[in-house]
Amino acid sequence: MGSVIRIVLQRLALGLLTLLIVSAVIFGAVNLLPGDFAQAVLGQSATPEAVAAIRTQLGLDQSLPVRYAGWLWDAARGDLGVSFAQANFASFTGRVDPSATVLAQIAPRFANTMFLAGVTAAIAVPLAVGLGILAALWRDTAFDKGANIATLSSISSPEFFVAYILILLLAVVNPVLPSLSNIFPGMSFGERLEKTLLPALTLTLVVTAHMMRMTRAAILNLMAQPYIEMARLKGMRPLHVILRHALPNALAPIVNVIALNLAYLVTGVVVVEVVFVYPGIGQLFVDSVKLRDIPVVQACCLIFAAAYILLNLTADILSILSNPRLRHPK
Amino acid sequence: MTPLLEIRDLWIEGRSDEDWHPIINGVDLTLGRGEVLGLIGESGAGKSTLGLAAMGYVRDGVRISGGSVRFDGLDLIHASTEEKRSLLGRRIAYVAQSAAASFNPAHKLIDQHVEAPVRHGVQDRGESVEDAIELYHKLRLPNPEEIGFRYPHQVSGGQLQRAMTAMAMSCRPDLIIFDEPTTALDVTTQIEVLAAIRDIVDQFGTSAIYITHDLAVVAQMADRIKVLLRGDEVETATTRAMLEHPREEYTKSLWAVRGFERPEKPAPGPDSVPILSVDGVTAAYGEQVVLEEVSFDIHPGRTVAVVGESGSGKSTTARVITGLLPPRGGAVRFEGAPLPPGYRQRSKDQLRQIQMIYQMADTALNPRQSIAQIIGRPVRFYSGLRGRRLRARVDELLEQIELDPAIFRDRLPGELSGGQKQRVGIARALAAEPRLIICDEVTSALDQLVAEGILRLLARLQDELGLSYMFITHDLATVKAIADEVVVMKEGRVIEQGPKTAMFTPPHHPYTDLLLSSVPEMDPDWLDRLLAERGVEALGEQAADKM
Repeated sequence: MGSVIRIVLQRLALGLLTLLIVSAVIFGAVNLLPGDFAQAVLGQSATPEAVAAIRTQLGLDQSLPVRYAGWLWDAARGDLGVSFAQANFASFTGRVDPSATVLAQIAPRFANTMFLAGVTAAIAVPLAVGLGILAALWRDTAFDKGANIATLSSISSPEFFVAYILILLLAVVNPVLPSLSNIFPGMSFGERLEKTLLPALTLTLVVTAHMMRMTRAAILNLMAQPYIEMARLKGMRPLHVILRHALPNALAPIVNVIALNLAYLVTGVVVVEVVFVYPGIGQLFVDSVKLRDIPVVQACCLIFAAAYILLNLTADILSILSNPRLRHPK
Repeated sequence: MTPLLEIRDLWIEGRSDEDWHPIINGVDLTLGRGEVLGLIGESGAGKSTLGLAAMGYVRDGVRISGGSVRFDGLDLIHASTEEKRSLLGRRIAYVAQSAAASFNPAHKLIDQHVEAPVRHGVQDRGESVEDAIELYHKLRLPNPEEIGFRYPHQVSGGQLQRAMTAMAMSCRPDLIIFDEPTTALDVTTQIEVLAAIRDIVDQFGTSAIYITHDLAVVAQMADRIKVLLRGDEVETATTRAMLEHPREEYTKSLWAVRGFERPEKPAPGPDSVPILSVDGVTAAYGEQVVLEEVSFDIHPGRTVAVVGESGSGKSTTARVITGLLPPRGGAVRFEGAPLPPGYRQRSKDQLRQIQMIYQMADTALNPRQSIAQIIGRPVRFYSGLRGRRLRARVDELLEQIELDPAIFRDRLPGELSGGQKQRVGIARALAAEPRLIICDEVTSALDQLVAEGILRLLARLQDELGLSYMFITHDLATVKAIADEVVVMKEGRVIEQGPKTAMFTPPHHPYTDLLLSSVPEMDPDWLDRLLAERGVEALGEQAADKM
């Protein structure tokens, strides 16, 4: 067991290091964006003095490394800074409106995104793995081919197209679900779930194909193994052979693909949010880029990066744990 | 009383690309209750296919095209899937060649053991676990109370093979198919497994089909022997009759195959400089020391066989010599001059001098390159030949290994037989024009007839080109055939070394003696005699020592 703990700690340290490097890249890249918040806010006719004043006020006149160090130090303590756009220059008077901090901006949006990702994962992961197992069990049958074609066509269609088709089918022709997902604080769980269901279904259609095909391939890859033949020669049923003998050995690749798709659910769902007017973090991110609201953009990027790294790390650790050679050394 | 298993005029075909080609051509087989039938032949003879067909099972891409298989009156070819499934594991069980590959790495041995009894409703889990422990006792496994609760990778190969036999016994089947169960094991381990299998089959009066390519092994195990050649039955007779009076020419040739033996060359003169000296080499993987103070010399034009069980450090020594594993202490000298420890620091000429041939010709050849590309690559790398001269050199090499260039130049490895692939491996090593070739178990994956051809080829090349060989093997028949000197290794140390004739003449070092006496002999009473000499208890202890 000691070696597993060591490997897990190594991975964690590596994950933190990756996050640090990514944070530097984010900070550098965001500051390379053309345009300038002060200029954007004050418009074309602003006097150079006014622009310079705002820049000084926001600390934009300091050198990049100094600003990075300050940002990183604050971020490590949980202070992601103050949104330029929301600050409303309250800082001119020395007061910071609590609702203007980046954290206050991001927190509710992030919670919404996690809710949507969670609902989607709860539908998509069991569906994909189940379909994958059945496709492997009934390989080369009509079911296998049908599942393949269906999932491939849904992944090949643009997200907004899938979204509008679902709206047409489930909100317009058969009005069973609301087409707008304008959720807000204070809603009950049931209401939230109902409003989230359509975007979640859309995303399910987008992410299922990958996971299902990997499940099927990973299982079929093992079917020529001598221990699978042995299970058959012991008179075990095909489903039992797959669930008990193939699946435990196929977990590592499956878990990795699941992690990649879950990361996508956190970081890549802007289009779906826009279609359903869902107040997630993706929309906030796009708005902030438009406004050159650098602290918010940076914080969003950092959260995206952290989600990616954390999910892949989890997948790595789960793959390690699924290997009995590592769990039970000689 | 009807026989337990009756196969009549069975035809089986296998598919390659679009064509069906024959694997088994109208073979009959009858097996009485409590009888053990040995099924023997070279690879490709259809032994395993026939063994599996006796269970009503065919692998993917294989089909039964005619004949009948009746088990205890039930027609297995026309039985429903459900009927067959209820027999498999319960009344007919299977023991595979590689227990390490046939146990699922994700589950404990005991969970795999109880699967058949529980799923077939023969016993509940508790009963089956108790029964498993009893079977482990009977099979003389060390720590029978606990060994089942380990994962396959925590148990040694010989023990796994016995655990698999226990698993096959879990429902007390009427018939067990043993498919080369000891082929992957060392000779010393093989004896324990053979004895254990034979005892338990005797005890429960189980019928068995014992598949192997090793005549001496089948002589210990079977009441009757059936010889197969490319899907045809050659002959069937009781074991003693077959050993004493083989009728067919092919059977006689199988019996005579271990005939090749090269006379030992005269000892090198006192001022002969060894082509390679391994001098006090100590090596380790991480913290684990695997070689300790290993020293031996190889003189020009001679063959040094390095023998020992798996894990004795034979292949690691080869890795140190080739520079793949820099040693922790000691040195490797080539013609008296020390070689840099890692291959990256060695010059092209130093690399050229030592080449390697591998055990698995299958995996050592790139399946997507033609034979000419595989051999041409080292020719170009070491001698810089191009175009027509490169092609001429490749053809010359192919002729040296007795393959017709016109036929083989453009073939892919997949189109070659095992022996032909190994020849290509030899040509690739020769392409560098080396002085020393390290042969790592080059014949152990081959049938005896084919292996002998390879040994003869290597001997001829040695005479023609003045090559030196370091011959890594666990097979003492190979050592007898080709070696001039022998180095015996155990647990990373050299136990004994000397000229071949001295090594094969008593008195031996006790470990060498154990190795030598463990090689099965073509005598049905050999195993009984050996067990009586060593005593069964001693066997059990020996197994415990290996833990």
